[in-house]
Amino acid sequence: MDEGELVGAARGGDRQAFDELVRRTFVDTFTLARRLTGNEEDARDVVQDAYLRAWKGIGKFRGDAAFSTWLYRITANAASSSVQRRRRHRAEPFADDFEPADAAAEQSVSQGAESAEALDRISAALDDLPAKLRTVVVLKDVYGMSHEAIAEELGISVSAAKVRLHRARRKLRDLLYEEGVQANAV
Amino acid sequence: MRCDEVTALLPALVDGEPVGFEAERHVETCLRCQAELARYRRLLRTLSLLRSRYVVPTPGLLADTLAVITEATEYGARRTLLSGRRLAYAGAIGGSALAAGATAVVLIARSRKRALSLAG
Repeated sequence: MDEGELVGAARGGDRQAFDELVRRTFVDTFTLARRLTGNEEDARDVVQDAYLRAWKGIGKFRGDAAFSTWLYRITANAASSSVQRRRRHRAEPFADDFEPADAAAEQSVSQGAESAEALDRISAALDDLPAKLRTVVVLKDVYGMSHEAIAEELGISVSAAKVRLHRARRKLRDLLYEEGVQANAV
Repeated sequence: MRCDEVTALLPALVDGEPVGFEAERHVETCLRCQAELARYRRLLRTLSLLRSRYVVPTPGLLADTLAVITEATEYGARRTLLSGRRLAYAGAIGGSALAAGATAVVLIARSRKRALSLAG
């Protein structure tokens, strides 16, 4: 069965069809959850929550977008809820401060952004970002979601989503490149 | 405009968002800001490559996830059943009360009728 047929069957309550959709999308969804949360433990909870929400809401899925896109949005929403829950219980991991630039990371990225090591470095840098900023930059710059979709899933305005994105990019840039632009020059 | 003012706008400019004529003109003529913009472009290119770089899920997580859905579905079904039973009990009690009330009304009406006929 192709994805459309599976979605149709799952919408009709076919649990086996839904399970097959879970199997086909699982690695992708887990990867997104891992990137959004910055750690394995939260990613596990988010991925389970996301699929549970998807199963409960599959009847409302109209099929306007691909199933995977719909699932991305649910995962983003589940990750956002997870972050909010954690913020209520723990304050320290969500402070806006993080470790200063890593010279090795700068060298790696500047010498060849596409190398495996550079990807590892940028993944690590993403994990070091505050959760609010990481969520937006992952959804926009890694998964290509629109500002509007991001704003809707996170419950913020489009302009707030853009502000967070620009802050996240600046922080990533600071984290990955040793040298910045000197102030007052030119 | 100064470089530090323009630098703050580069994360938006890298998407092609309008940041103002002065800032755009500054970038056109400033090698330092051009280099900085190139860094942002490289950063975005690298980030987009992460899309196809998968993270291997923890062993057993898929099975656990399917089990969580099953559990939640069964729990939901039990709750639906319970609420259905509750509704049935409430309906039965309500029906009985209604029947008792109707019987009482009939009995009162009959006794009044009898009293009136005796008086008449």
